[in-house]
Amino acid sequence: MPVVRLVAFARLRELFGERREIALPEGAKVGDLWDTLLREEPHASALARGLRFARNGALCGAETALCEGDEISLLPPFGGG
Amino acid sequence: MTLAGSRDLRRYSRHLLIPEIGLAGQERLASSRALVIGAGGLGAPVLAYLAAAGVGRIGVLDDDSVDESNLQRQILFEHADIGRPKATVAAERLQALNPQITIDALQVRFDASNARDLVRLYDVVIDCSDRFTTRYCASDACSLEKKIEIFAAIFRFDGQVTRFDPDGPCYRCLFPYAPEPGSVPTCAEGGVLGVLPGIVGAWQASEALKALLQIGEPLRGRLLLVDALAARTREVRFARDPDCIRCGDRPTLFDPVDAHDDESTASIAGIAEVAPEELDAALRDALLLDVREPHEAVLGVIPGAVHIPASQLEARMHELDSAKRYIVACRVGVRSRWAIARLRDAGFQRVAHLEGGLLRYAALDAGFEFF
Ligand SMILES: [Zn+2]
Repeated sequence: MPVVRLVAFARLRELFGERREIALPEGAKVGDLWDTLLREEPHASALARGLRFARNGALCGAETALCEGDEISLLPPFGGG
Repeated sequence: MTLAGSRDLRRYSRHLLIPEIGLAGQERLASSRALVIGAGGLGAPVLAYLAAAGVGRIGVLDDDSVDESNLQRQILFEHADIGRPKATVAAERLQALNPQITIDALQVRFDASNARDLVRLYDVVIDCSDRFTTRYCASDACSLEKKIEIFAAIFRFDGQVTRFDPDGPCYRCLFPYAPEPGSVPTCAEGGVLGVLPGIVGAWQASEALKALLQIGEPLRGRLLLVDALAARTREVRFARDPDCIRCGDRPTLFDPVDAHDDESTASIAGIAEVAPEELDAALRDALLLDVREPHEAVLGVIPGAVHIPASQLEARMHELDSAKRYIVACRVGVRSRWAIARLRDAGFQRVAHLEGGLLRYAALDAGFEFF
Protein backbone atom coordinates (compact mmCIF):
# COMPACT_ATOMS: atom_id res chain seq x y z
CA MET A 1 0.00 0.00 0.00
CA PRO A 2 2.07 2.99 -1.16
CA VAL A 3 1.26 6.19 0.69
CA VAL A 4 1.68 9.31 -1.45
CA ARG A 5 1.40 12.99 -0.64
CA LEU A 6 -1.03 14.99 -2.73
CA VAL A 7 -0.28 18.61 -3.66
CA ALA A 8 -3.14 20.35 -5.40
CA PHE A 9 -3.42 23.81 -6.89
CA ALA A 10 -6.19 26.37 -7.34
CA ARG A 11 -9.67 24.81 -7.47
CA LEU A 12 -8.32 21.34 -6.85
CA ARG A 13 -6.73 22.53 -3.62
CA GLU A 14 -10.09 24.02 -2.66
CA LEU A 15 -11.71 20.64 -3.30
CA PHE A 16 -9.11 18.21 -2.00
CA GLY A 17 -7.11 20.24 0.51
CA GLU A 18 -3.42 20.91 0.59
CA ARG A 19 -0.71 18.35 1.26
CA ARG A 20 -2.72 15.35 2.35
CA GLU A 21 -1.58 11.76 2.39
CA ILE A 22 -3.41 9.03 0.52
CA ALA A 23 -2.86 5.27 0.64
CA LEU A 24 -3.35 3.37 -2.61
CA PRO A 25 -3.29 -0.33 -3.50
CA GLU A 26 0.01 -1.92 -4.53
CA GLY A 27 0.76 -1.28 -8.21
CA ALA A 28 -1.45 1.82 -8.34
CA LYS A 29 -0.74 4.44 -11.00
CA VAL A 30 -1.17 8.21 -11.01
CA GLY A 31 -4.49 7.81 -12.86
CA ASP A 32 -5.76 5.52 -10.06
CA LEU A 33 -5.07 8.30 -7.55
CA TRP A 34 -7.22 10.65 -9.64
CA ASP A 35 -10.01 8.03 -9.82
CA THR A 36 -9.88 7.70 -6.03
CA LEU A 37 -10.23 11.45 -5.66
CA LEU A 38 -13.15 11.52 -8.11
CA ARG A 39 -15.06 9.07 -5.91
CA GLU A 40 -14.72 11.69 -3.16
CA GLU A 41 -15.73 14.66 -5.34
CA PRO A 42 -17.51 13.40 -8.49
CA HIS A 43 -18.05 16.88 -9.92
CA ALA A 44 -14.27 17.38 -10.12
CA SER A 45 -14.56 15.28 -13.32
CA ALA A 46 -15.33 18.56 -15.10
CA LEU A 47 -11.70 19.53 -14.52
CA ALA A 48 -10.25 16.28 -15.88
CA ARG A 49 -9.76 17.29 -19.51
CA GLY A 50 -7.09 19.96 -19.06
CA LEU A 51 -5.50 18.47 -15.94
CA ARG A 52 -1.83 17.40 -15.78
CA PHE A 53 0.03 15.48 -13.11
CA ALA A 54 3.54 15.77 -11.74
CA ARG A 55 5.46 13.18 -9.75
CA ASN A 56 8.21 14.47 -7.46
CA GLY A 57 8.44 17.78 -9.31
CA ALA A 58 8.41 16.45 -12.89
CA LEU A 59 5.43 16.38 -15.27
CA CYS A 60 4.19 12.81 -15.75
CA GLY A 61 1.39 10.85 -17.40
CA ALA A 62 -1.54 9.02 -15.81
CA GLU A 63 0.23 5.70 -16.47
CA THR A 64 3.15 6.54 -14.17
CA ALA A 65 3.50 4.05 -11.30
CA LEU A 66 3.28 5.36 -7.74
CA CYS A 67 5.96 4.66 -5.15
CA GLU A 68 5.93 5.03 -1.38
CA GLY A 69 6.54 8.65 -0.36
CA ASP A 70 5.90 10.16 -3.83
CA GLU A 71 4.68 13.71 -4.01
CA ILE A 72 1.97 13.94 -6.66
CA SER A 73 0.86 17.35 -7.92
CA LEU A 74 -2.46 18.04 -9.61
CA LEU A 75 -1.92 20.88 -12.08
CA PRO A 76 -5.00 22.43 -13.65
CA PRO A 77 -4.46 25.02 -16.41
CA PHE A 78 -5.36 28.57 -15.34
CA GLY A 79 -7.03 30.94 -17.75
CA GLY A 80 -6.86 34.25 -15.91
CA GLY A 81 -4.61 37.13 -16.82
CA MET B 1 17.08 53.01 -31.46
CA THR B 2 20.43 53.49 -29.78
CA LEU B 3 21.38 55.36 -26.67
CA ALA B 4 22.89 58.47 -28.19
CA GLY B 5 23.93 60.77 -25.41
CA SER B 6 24.57 60.91 -21.70
CA ARG B 7 21.04 62.33 -21.26
CA ASP B 8 19.69 58.93 -22.21
CA LEU B 9 22.09 57.08 -19.96
CA ARG B 10 21.16 58.75 -16.67
CA ARG B 11 17.72 57.08 -16.75
CA TYR B 12 19.38 53.65 -16.94
CA SER B 13 22.28 54.26 -14.56
CA ARG B 14 21.12 51.55 -12.12
CA HIS B 15 21.19 49.03 -14.99
CA LEU B 16 24.58 50.27 -16.19
CA LEU B 17 25.99 49.52 -12.73
CA ILE B 18 25.14 45.81 -13.07
CA PRO B 19 27.92 43.85 -14.82
CA GLU B 20 25.34 41.49 -16.44
CA ILE B 21 23.68 44.48 -18.17
CA GLY B 22 26.02 47.45 -18.53
CA LEU B 23 26.04 49.68 -21.60
CA ALA B 24 26.01 46.79 -24.06
CA GLY B 25 22.95 45.27 -22.36
CA GLN B 26 21.12 48.57 -22.21
CA GLU B 27 21.83 49.13 -25.92
CA ARG B 28 20.48 45.66 -26.57
CA LEU B 29 17.23 46.49 -24.72
CA ALA B 30 16.93 49.76 -26.65
CA SER B 31 17.03 47.87 -29.95
CA SER B 32 14.65 45.12 -28.75
CA ARG B 33 10.94 44.68 -29.49
CA ALA B 34 8.41 43.08 -27.13
CA LEU B 35 4.75 42.21 -27.78
CA VAL B 36 2.50 42.09 -24.72
CA ILE B 37 -0.76 40.26 -25.43
CA GLY B 38 -3.38 41.59 -23.01
CA ALA B 39 -3.18 44.86 -21.06
CA GLY B 40 -4.96 43.56 -17.97
CA GLY B 41 -3.79 42.36 -14.57
CA LEU B 42 -0.59 40.68 -15.79
CA GLY B 43 -0.10 43.15 -18.62
CA ALA B 44 0.02 46.19 -16.32
CA PRO B 45 3.24 45.30 -14.43
CA VAL B 46 4.82 43.68 -17.50
CA LEU B 47 4.25 46.79 -19.63
CA ALA B 48 5.34 49.21 -16.91
CA TYR B 49 8.60 47.37 -16.17
CA LEU B 50 9.50 46.80 -19.81
CA ALA B 51 8.88 50.48 -20.59
CA ALA B 52 10.84 51.62 -17.54
CA ALA B 53 13.69 49.25 -18.45
CA GLY B 54 14.00 50.89 -21.87
CA VAL B 55 12.81 48.14 -24.21
CA GLY B 56 12.91 50.14 -27.46
CA ARG B 57 9.60 49.06 -28.99
CA ILE B 58 6.62 47.67 -27.07
CA GLY B 59 3.38 46.41 -28.61
CA VAL B 60 0.34 46.79 -26.31
CA LEU B 61 -2.36 44.49 -27.62
CA ASP B 62 -5.87 44.57 -26.15
CA ASP B 63 -9.28 44.98 -27.77
CA ASP B 64 -11.09 45.71 -24.51
CA SER B 65 -11.96 48.92 -22.65
CA VAL B 66 -11.25 49.85 -19.04
CA ASP B 67 -13.98 48.72 -16.65
CA GLU B 68 -14.31 49.91 -13.05
CA SER B 69 -13.81 46.31 -11.83
CA ASN B 70 -10.34 46.32 -13.48
CA LEU B 71 -9.01 49.05 -11.20
CA GLN B 72 -8.62 46.70 -8.19
CA ARG B 73 -5.51 45.24 -9.91
CA GLN B 74 -4.79 46.81 -13.33
CA ILE B 75 -2.61 49.60 -11.97
CA LEU B 76 -1.85 51.27 -15.31
CA PHE B 77 -5.40 52.64 -15.31
CA GLU B 78 -7.14 55.39 -13.36
CA HIS B 79 -10.75 56.04 -12.46
CA ALA B 80 -11.11 58.61 -15.24
CA ASP B 81 -10.08 55.98 -17.82
CA ILE B 82 -13.25 53.91 -17.38
CA GLY B 83 -14.74 53.21 -20.81
CA ARG B 84 -11.59 54.14 -22.75
CA PRO B 85 -9.68 51.55 -24.85
CA LYS B 86 -7.02 49.80 -22.76
CA ALA B 87 -4.44 49.81 -25.57
CA THR B 88 -4.73 53.59 -26.00
CA VAL B 89 -4.65 54.39 -22.28
CA ALA B 90 -1.74 52.02 -21.63
CA ALA B 91 0.22 53.51 -24.54
CA GLU B 92 -0.29 57.04 -23.12
CA ARG B 93 0.90 55.98 -19.65
CA LEU B 94 3.94 54.13 -20.96
CA GLN B 95 4.93 56.94 -23.27
CA ALA B 96 4.69 59.37 -20.33
CA LEU B 97 6.82 57.00 -18.23
CA ASN B 98 9.49 56.71 -20.90
CA PRO B 99 9.43 59.16 -23.85
CA GLN B 100 12.57 57.53 -25.32
CA ILE B 101 10.80 54.36 -26.47
CA THR B 102 8.18 53.55 -29.13
CA ILE B 103 4.79 52.15 -28.16
CA ASP B 104 2.47 50.38 -30.63
CA ALA B 105 -1.14 50.63 -29.40
CA LEU B 106 -2.83 47.56 -30.95
CA GLN B 107 -6.56 47.69 -30.32
CA VAL B 108 -7.31 44.32 -31.89
CA ARG B 109 -8.22 40.80 -30.83
CA PHE B 110 -5.24 38.43 -31.14
CA ASP B 111 -6.47 35.46 -33.17
CA ALA B 112 -5.46 32.98 -35.86
CA SER B 113 -6.03 35.57 -38.60
CA ASN B 114 -3.34 38.00 -37.34
CA ALA B 115 -1.22 35.99 -34.88
CA ARG B 116 1.78 35.20 -37.08
CA ASP B 117 1.91 38.66 -38.66
CA LEU B 118 1.90 40.34 -35.25
CA VAL B 119 4.39 38.00 -33.59
CA ARG B 120 6.82 38.33 -36.51
CA LEU B 121 7.32 42.05 -35.73
CA TYR B 122 8.73 41.44 -32.24
CA ASP B 123 11.64 39.61 -30.58
CA VAL B 124 9.80 38.30 -27.53
CA VAL B 125 6.10 37.76 -26.84
CA ILE B 126 4.60 37.99 -23.36
CA ASP B 127 1.28 36.19 -22.96
CA CYS B 128 -0.85 38.15 -20.48
CA SER B 129 -4.16 37.11 -22.05
CA ASP B 130 -7.17 35.76 -20.20
CA ARG B 131 -8.62 33.08 -22.45
CA PHE B 132 -7.37 29.65 -23.45
CA THR B 133 -7.97 30.14 -27.17
CA THR B 134 -5.62 33.15 -27.15
CA ARG B 135 -3.02 31.21 -25.15
CA TYR B 136 -2.91 28.33 -27.66
CA CYS B 137 -2.90 30.77 -30.56
CA ALA B 138 0.00 32.79 -29.05
CA SER B 139 2.07 29.69 -28.35
CA ASP B 140 1.44 28.27 -31.83
CA ALA B 141 2.38 31.57 -33.49
CA CYS B 142 5.58 31.88 -31.41
CA SER B 143 6.59 28.31 -32.17
CA LEU B 144 5.98 28.82 -35.91
CA GLU B 145 7.72 32.22 -36.04
CA LYS B 146 10.63 31.01 -33.85
CA LYS B 147 10.01 33.53 -31.07
CA ILE B 148 10.47 33.17 -27.32
CA GLU B 149 7.22 33.37 -25.36
CA ILE B 150 6.96 34.26 -21.68
CA PHE B 151 3.79 32.70 -20.32
CA ALA B 152 1.80 33.35 -17.16
CA ALA B 153 -1.73 32.63 -15.95
CA ILE B 154 -3.50 33.27 -12.66
CA PHE B 155 -6.41 32.06 -10.56
CA ARG B 156 -7.44 33.65 -7.24
CA PHE B 157 -4.19 33.25 -5.21
CA ASP B 158 -2.27 31.00 -7.63
CA GLY B 159 -0.03 31.77 -10.56
CA GLN B 160 1.85 29.79 -13.22
CA VAL B 161 4.87 31.22 -15.04
CA THR B 162 7.16 29.66 -17.63
CA ARG B 163 9.01 30.29 -20.87
CA PHE B 164 8.44 28.55 -24.21
CA ASP B 165 11.33 28.44 -26.67
CA PRO B 166 11.16 28.07 -30.46
CA ASP B 167 12.55 24.52 -30.29
CA GLY B 168 10.12 23.63 -27.49
CA PRO B 169 8.63 22.87 -25.15
CA CYS B 170 5.48 24.83 -26.06
CA TYR B 171 2.16 25.43 -24.31
CA ARG B 172 0.74 22.32 -26.00
CA CYS B 173 3.52 20.17 -24.49
CA LEU B 174 2.46 21.39 -21.05
CA PHE B 175 -1.32 21.43 -21.54
CA PRO B 176 -2.19 19.48 -24.71
CA TYR B 177 -5.93 19.64 -24.03
CA ALA B 178 -7.86 22.83 -23.39
CA PRO B 179 -10.12 22.43 -20.35
CA GLU B 180 -13.78 21.75 -20.85
CA PRO B 181 -15.53 25.05 -21.70
CA GLY B 182 -16.75 26.72 -18.55
CA SER B 183 -14.83 24.46 -16.15
CA VAL B 184 -11.98 26.93 -15.47
CA PRO B 185 -13.13 30.39 -14.38
CA THR B 186 -11.51 33.60 -15.61
CA CYS B 187 -10.74 36.46 -13.20
CA ALA B 188 -14.19 37.87 -14.02
CA GLU B 189 -15.75 34.54 -13.02
CA GLY B 190 -13.65 33.29 -10.14
CA GLY B 191 -12.13 36.47 -8.79
CA VAL B 192 -8.45 37.19 -8.13
CA LEU B 193 -6.39 38.75 -5.36
CA GLY B 194 -5.52 42.20 -6.71
CA VAL B 195 -1.79 41.97 -5.99
CA LEU B 196 -1.38 38.46 -7.47
CA PRO B 197 -0.99 39.60 -11.11
CA GLY B 198 1.53 42.12 -9.77
CA ILE B 199 3.69 39.34 -8.31
CA VAL B 200 3.31 37.01 -11.28
CA GLY B 201 3.56 39.74 -13.94
CA ALA B 202 6.75 41.11 -12.40
CA TRP B 203 8.22 37.63 -12.68
CA GLN B 204 7.18 37.55 -16.35
CA ALA B 205 8.82 40.93 -16.96
CA SER B 206 12.03 39.65 -15.37
CA GLU B 207 12.06 36.59 -17.66
CA ALA B 208 11.35 38.79 -20.71
CA LEU B 209 14.27 41.10 -19.87
CA LYS B 210 16.55 38.10 -19.25
CA ALA B 211 15.54 36.67 -22.62
CA LEU B 212 16.30 39.95 -24.42
CA LEU B 213 19.59 40.38 -22.54
CA GLN B 214 20.46 36.67 -22.89
CA ILE B 215 21.51 36.48 -19.24
CA GLY B 216 20.85 34.15 -16.33
CA GLU B 217 19.14 30.80 -16.24
CA PRO B 218 15.94 30.88 -18.31
CA LEU B 219 12.69 29.62 -16.82
CA ARG B 220 12.59 27.08 -19.58
CA GLY B 221 11.18 23.58 -19.10
CA ARG B 222 10.21 24.65 -15.60
CA LEU B 223 6.70 25.68 -14.59
CA LEU B 224 6.94 28.06 -11.65
CA LEU B 225 3.91 27.79 -9.36
CA VAL B 226 3.22 30.74 -7.11
CA ASP B 227 0.83 30.29 -4.16
CA ALA B 228 0.33 33.71 -2.60
CA LEU B 229 -1.95 32.35 0.14
CA ALA B 230 0.75 30.03 1.48
CA ALA B 231 3.57 32.42 0.45
CA ARG B 232 5.22 29.46 -1.31
CA THR B 233 6.64 28.77 -4.76
CA ARG B 234 7.18 25.36 -6.34
CA GLU B 235 8.58 24.17 -9.63
CA VAL B 236 7.51 21.41 -11.99
CA ARG B 237 9.95 20.31 -14.68
CA PHE B 238 8.61 19.53 -18.13
CA ALA B 239 10.18 18.70 -21.49
CA ARG B 240 9.27 18.97 -25.14
CA ASP B 241 6.68 16.28 -25.82
CA PRO B 242 7.75 14.16 -28.82
CA ASP B 243 4.02 13.68 -29.53
CA CYS B 244 3.20 17.40 -29.40
CA ILE B 245 1.12 18.36 -32.45
CA ARG B 246 3.05 21.65 -32.80
CA CYS B 247 6.65 21.11 -31.66
CA GLY B 248 6.84 17.29 -31.50
CA ASP B 249 8.79 14.93 -33.72
CA ARG B 250 5.98 14.68 -36.29
CA PRO B 251 4.05 17.96 -36.00
CA THR B 252 0.67 18.21 -37.70
CA LEU B 253 -0.18 21.79 -36.75
CA PHE B 254 1.27 24.41 -39.10
CA ASP B 255 -1.09 27.33 -38.48
CA PRO B 256 -2.04 28.92 -35.17
CA VAL B 257 -5.33 27.55 -33.91
CA ASP B 258 -7.88 29.54 -31.93
CA ALA B 259 -10.96 27.65 -32.96
CA HIS B 260 -11.35 25.36 -29.96
CA ASP B 261 -14.76 25.31 -28.41
CA ASP B 262 -14.09 28.70 -26.87
CA GLU B 263 -14.78 28.86 -23.15
CA SER B 264 -16.80 32.02 -23.50
CA THR B 265 -18.46 32.10 -26.89
CA ALA B 266 -19.18 28.51 -27.88
CA SER B 267 -22.86 27.91 -28.33
CA ILE B 268 -24.26 24.54 -27.42
CA ALA B 269 -25.99 22.91 -30.34
CA GLY B 270 -29.72 22.70 -29.94
CA ILE B 271 -29.93 24.76 -26.77
CA ALA B 272 -32.15 27.84 -26.87
CA GLU B 273 -30.56 31.14 -25.94
CA VAL B 274 -32.68 33.62 -24.00
CA ALA B 275 -31.65 37.24 -24.53
CA PRO B 276 -31.53 39.32 -21.32
CA GLU B 277 -34.33 41.54 -22.66
CA GLU B 278 -36.56 38.46 -23.04
CA LEU B 279 -35.87 36.93 -19.62
CA ASP B 280 -38.82 38.45 -17.74
CA ALA B 281 -41.31 37.24 -20.37
CA ALA B 282 -39.66 33.82 -20.64
CA LEU B 283 -39.90 33.28 -16.87
CA ARG B 284 -43.70 33.25 -17.08
CA ASP B 285 -43.53 29.55 -18.02
CA ALA B 286 -40.03 28.65 -16.83
CA LEU B 287 -37.87 28.69 -13.71
CA LEU B 288 -34.56 30.49 -13.41
CA LEU B 289 -31.79 28.11 -12.32
CA ASP B 290 -29.01 30.17 -10.76
CA VAL B 291 -25.78 28.11 -10.73
CA ARG B 292 -23.51 30.68 -9.08
CA GLU B 293 -21.57 29.64 -5.98
CA PRO B 294 -23.04 30.60 -2.55
CA HIS B 295 -20.46 33.33 -1.85
CA GLU B 296 -21.54 35.16 -5.00
CA ALA B 297 -24.96 35.93 -3.48
CA VAL B 298 -23.48 39.15 -2.08
CA LEU B 299 -23.20 40.29 -5.69
CA GLY B 300 -26.99 40.27 -6.18
CA VAL B 301 -29.86 37.79 -5.66
CA ILE B 302 -32.65 36.92 -8.09
CA PRO B 303 -36.00 36.51 -6.31
CA GLY B 304 -37.81 33.26 -7.09
CA ALA B 305 -34.78 31.57 -8.66
CA VAL B 306 -33.81 27.96 -7.93
CA HIS B 307 -30.25 28.13 -6.61
CA ILE B 308 -27.90 25.15 -7.09
CA PRO B 309 -24.20 26.06 -7.38
CA ALA B 310 -22.51 24.52 -10.43
CA SER B 311 -20.05 22.73 -8.14
CA GLN B 312 -22.98 20.87 -6.51
CA LEU B 313 -25.10 20.36 -9.61
CA GLU B 314 -24.25 16.72 -10.23
CA ALA B 315 -24.88 15.75 -6.60
CA ARG B 316 -28.13 17.72 -6.40
CA MET B 317 -29.60 17.01 -9.83
CA HIS B 318 -32.47 15.09 -8.15
CA GLU B 319 -33.81 18.38 -6.75
CA LEU B 320 -34.75 19.42 -10.28
CA ASP B 321 -37.76 18.21 -12.27
CA SER B 322 -36.91 17.29 -15.85
CA ALA B 323 -40.52 17.99 -16.87
CA LYS B 324 -40.08 21.65 -16.03
CA ARG B 325 -38.47 24.29 -18.19
CA TYR B 326 -35.33 25.88 -16.77
CA ILE B 327 -33.41 28.95 -17.87
CA VAL B 328 -29.89 28.44 -16.58
CA ALA B 329 -27.88 31.48 -15.50
CA CYS B 330 -24.56 32.30 -13.87
CA ARG B 331 -22.64 35.54 -13.58
CA VAL B 332 -21.34 35.96 -17.13
CA GLY B 333 -22.72 32.91 -18.92
CA VAL B 334 -19.77 30.53 -18.81
CA ARG B 335 -20.47 28.09 -15.98
CA SER B 336 -24.12 28.06 -17.07
CA ARG B 337 -23.02 26.47 -20.38
CA TRP B 338 -21.17 23.80 -18.45
CA ALA B 339 -24.25 23.26 -16.26
CA ILE B 340 -26.47 22.91 -19.34
CA ALA B 341 -24.15 20.28 -20.79
CA ARG B 342 -24.41 18.30 -17.51
CA LEU B 343 -28.21 18.71 -17.43
CA ARG B 344 -28.47 17.56 -21.02
CA ASP B 345 -26.29 14.52 -20.24
CA ALA B 346 -28.74 13.74 -17.45
CA GLY B 347 -31.69 13.84 -19.85
CA PHE B 348 -33.09 17.32 -19.23
CA GLN B 349 -34.62 18.43 -22.54
CA ARG B 350 -36.27 21.71 -21.63
CA VAL B 351 -33.30 23.87 -20.74
CA ALA B 352 -32.45 27.29 -22.10
CA HIS B 353 -29.46 29.52 -21.50
CA LEU B 354 -29.40 33.14 -20.32
CA GLU B 355 -27.17 34.88 -22.84
CA GLY B 356 -24.45 36.99 -21.22
CA GLY B 357 -25.39 35.85 -17.73
CA LEU B 358 -26.93 37.83 -14.89
CA LEU B 359 -24.44 40.63 -15.46
CA ARG B 360 -25.98 41.46 -18.85
CA TYR B 361 -29.51 41.11 -17.44
CA ALA B 362 -28.66 43.46 -14.57
CA ALA B 363 -27.26 46.03 -16.98
CA LEU B 364 -30.81 46.49 -18.38
CA ASP B 365 -32.20 47.72 -15.08
CA ALA B 366 -30.34 50.45 -13.24
CA GLY B 367 -32.45 49.80 -10.12
CA PHE B 368 -31.15 46.24 -9.83
CA GLU B 369 -27.94 46.29 -7.80
CA PHE B 370 -25.55 43.74 -9.28
CA PHE B 371 -21.91 43.64 -10.18
ZN1 LIG C 1 4.91 21.47 -27.99
